[in-house]
Amino acid sequence: MMRRSLGFNIMIGVAVTVLVVVTLAPLLWLFIMSISAPVELTRIPLHWLPDRPDFSRYARLFGLTGDAAGTSFLAALRNSLVVSFSATAIALAAGIPAAYSFSRFRGRMGLLYGFLGVYMVPPVAFVLPLYMVFSQLGLLNNVVALIAVYCTILLPFSTWLLKNNFDAVPREIEEAAQMDGAGLLGAIRHVTLPLARPALAAAALFALLLAWDEFFYALIYTNDLRAQTLPVAIADFAAGRATDYGLISAVGVLAALPPVIIAFFLQRSLVSGLSAGGIKG
Amino acid sequence: MQPWMMPGWMGAGVLLFAVAQPAAADTTLNALFMKQAAYSDDDIKSMTADFEKSHPGLRVTLELVPFEALHDKIVATNGAGAEGYDVVLFDVTWPAEFAKHGFLKDVTDRIPADLVGQVFDGAWSTVTTGERRWGMPWILDTKYLFYNKAMLAKAGIAAPPRTWAELADDAQRIKDKGIVPYPIVWSWSQAEALVVDYSAITAAYGGGYGENGKFAFDQGAPLAALTYMKSTLDRGLSNPNSTEYLEEDVRTVFSNGDAAFALNWTFMYGLANDPKESKIVGQVGIVPAPGIEGKAAVSAPNGSMGLGIAAHSAHADEAWSYIQYLTSRPVQDKYAKLSLPIWKASYDDPAIARGQEDLIAAARLALPELSPRPVTASYQELSAILQKALQQALLGQATPEAALHRATDAAARLR
Amino acid sequence: MSARRDRFQAWLLLAPMLAIMLGVTAYPIARTVWLSFTDAGLSGDSSWVGLANYGDALSNPDYQDAFARTLYFTGISVSLEIVLGVLVGLLLNERFPGRAFVRALMVLPWALPTIVNAMMWRLILNPQYGSLNALLTQLGLLAKYRSWLGDPASAMNMVILADVWKNYSLVALIVLAALQTIPQDLYEAARLDGAGAWTRFWRITLPGILGPLSVALVLRLIEAFKVFDIIYVMTRGGPADGTKTVSFYVYEESFTYLRAGSGAAYAVTVACVSGLLIATYILQLRRQGRA
Repeated sequence: MMRRSLGFNIMIGVAVTVLVVVTLAPLLWLFIMSISAPVELTRIPLHWLPDRPDFSRYARLFGLTGDAAGTSFLAALRNSLVVSFSATAIALAAGIPAAYSFSRFRGRMGLLYGFLGVYMVPPVAFVLPLYMVFSQLGLLNNVVALIAVYCTILLPFSTWLLKNNFDAVPREIEEAAQMDGAGLLGAIRHVTLPLARPALAAAALFALLLAWDEFFYALIYTNDLRAQTLPVAIADFAAGRATDYGLISAVGVLAALPPVIIAFFLQRSLVSGLSAGGIKG
Repeated sequence: MQPWMMPGWMGAGVLLFAVAQPAAADTTLNALFMKQAAYSDDDIKSMTADFEKSHPGLRVTLELVPFEALHDKIVATNGAGAEGYDVVLFDVTWPAEFAKHGFLKDVTDRIPADLVGQVFDGAWSTVTTGERRWGMPWILDTKYLFYNKAMLAKAGIAAPPRTWAELADDAQRIKDKGIVPYPIVWSWSQAEALVVDYSAITAAYGGGYGENGKFAFDQGAPLAALTYMKSTLDRGLSNPNSTEYLEEDVRTVFSNGDAAFALNWTFMYGLANDPKESKIVGQVGIVPAPGIEGKAAVSAPNGSMGLGIAAHSAHADEAWSYIQYLTSRPVQDKYAKLSLPIWKASYDDPAIARGQEDLIAAARLALPELSPRPVTASYQELSAILQKALQQALLGQATPEAALHRATDAAARLR
Repeated sequence: MSARRDRFQAWLLLAPMLAIMLGVTAYPIARTVWLSFTDAGLSGDSSWVGLANYGDALSNPDYQDAFARTLYFTGISVSLEIVLGVLVGLLLNERFPGRAFVRALMVLPWALPTIVNAMMWRLILNPQYGSLNALLTQLGLLAKYRSWLGDPASAMNMVILADVWKNYSLVALIVLAALQTIPQDLYEAARLDGAGAWTRFWRITLPGILGPLSVALVLRLIEAFKVFDIIYVMTRGGPADGTKTVSFYVYEESFTYLRAGSGAAYAVTVACVSGLLIATYILQLRRQGRA
């Protein structure tokens, strides 16, 4: 255990404060916009707190007032959750064995780089050919189409991230487990994965957020509330010539919450108990 | 009728009923609209519900999307060659492009001759290329000149300006009196809105973007229009942030009392008088956009939209009956608050004018003068070229002549 | 353990990923590559034009400008994200009260959907009513309200600001996860040997996190190069094309001008340049023996 100098502690304190302020300020402003009336936001000089906070937009979004906005939001939220979680789960299920393969067995790296190459193509290019395919399969306006596409977006990078982290896990322990009769899959499950837990958490979080965020495919491939995700619903709220920025801000605040909640639970995994001694010693 | 014939008739009736049943199965139409394009979403839904009630056996599935997505979706479904939509809403600048790529069904023969005279010519231009018609005009919209009555009164201006020169002079007076630093606000962001404003002023100067498929923007009316726009910026009459604004921003600035004049669509009229959205309720004046002394009385850029039958639709007749219903006079009159009817006779109806007399008065002068933006199948690309050139001139990166000269060269390279 | 059995196992483990990737992307890739050599419009007739599309793309001065802009965006935003990410990752690794809270907080910018992020910054940067103008003038740092996104000189930088604000926390979290794998005794030993903070960072920390950090770097490079969503929402390419990137070109060619062949060629060039940049970086890593 090292003792830290006072100067160091102060530096940390200042840095943390700056970090929190820079991160929170725009978000707090977003929240304030969501509870302000439009006329208050155009005052000069600007007042930082609204005179009369108006939470009605949140009521609308949660369907408490029977507003169409609430129906849209809740349906979009449901779709976003389904699509993001499914795509992440499938991507990890396929990515973990693949990452292991790239990590433990020589060769085939060209394949991974090839997939990364696919990832480098602007998604805009694939929209029309895939649209044709999904149309023929009758999968348009269906969450399945989005899940399938998102998997291909999430896989290349997650796999590569996991591969790099698997590289850091020593083989000897795995081989020992295998010699004890665990088998390949057993070794992965009981040895590699627990040791690479922070990487798993990071990969899962990354995949989830990438899927949560995707906008253009969702916009083109979905037509109504059966499959529309949150970014599309937000674009809808912002469309047209009369925009309620307070409502968009409210949707933004709510749309950011689920990933944050997940991250909060995962953040303990992001820091595994590998401090003193470690495994590389 | 003899009693013993009854079972026979009943039997026949049952048979007819059984045979008729499959034919009465519901046909579903897929319709693509724009979100809050003049009419509110609720309006469109009630119009559709009424249609379904009066046409049993027909159901309509509505999809409402943002404006940018409207073009993208029509492109995507036609690219897939699948059924997709039956009825689509399209913008006034798209028929030439859609006709070339075969996205819409030709409906020239579906429109009876006696109907043509009852609708404004400007409205027809929305759906016509050459001799062919591709749909029915549905949303009639143009930009009006809105002004703040209180500010004009304070500056001692008795009547709103009728020419662009008068507008500049009035703005100068308001600025000199210190009423508001930048009296005019526009939507000159790098978007279609910029070309709309530009085309309005060009039309007033006499129009004419060129002939015989060759565009020439660096002379005559097109050049005069841009020179005017730039001069209002240089003289400090136009809000310098206009080059960043879209129609929504224009509304915010005007409704906040930070501008004396604004050019905007019909939708702003209601919202500027809404106490929840505006600080200048009751002060909102509206007249047609100005003209030029000796050339045009008013200018009215055509921002209309039409309803057409998608090329791959399998239910063309049903789709047409839906379009006919939506564009019929009773329906248009019933919802005439956010979008004005296409029928000339409607404007004499006092019920339409109630509550929005000023708007109707302005519309009666403006709508017959609807003027188009340049017509070409490559309009999207032409518009992009123009947007960039106009922005360069307005931001001071190039003189109007140079910017428009480059635009003319680029336009010449279009196929 | 035979080599054959190893290879079989390797491929077996790869099978699910292969199935998904090939199943979904094989056709679009093939079609895109094929289209890039034709003059296809949206539908119907098309003829082979060989490399004409590529020639047009590379010699198009507007596209060259877009290219330069994209390189600028990529260079600045990724550098900022990496530097800030590493610093913040190190910070989050230290012990201080409320650490769990701050770690969870880091996810917020990243969790905010891009489209909301773009709109939020657009509102903050509004030239007439925006809160940034309000803050700077009320603090006395700015004389009067100014335009941020409408000024060609600053528009791109503002987009970079919005992008970096959202994405640097991803790098921070990856770095944090990687820092966990570095054993503390290495630091102890180094300290006992009298190594200063910088030396400890350069010799222990950096090599330890370089693997995952490189992955984050490559990811951000790819994402920055093909950036689209944030520009679509924040500026739509303006002012005066000031924020138009190469992805926007692909979008315009395919969707707005309906030139599928040309659009495909642009897309392929983007992927190729992206690939070139990253391949160069990876070769560099290999040469230093750290891949």
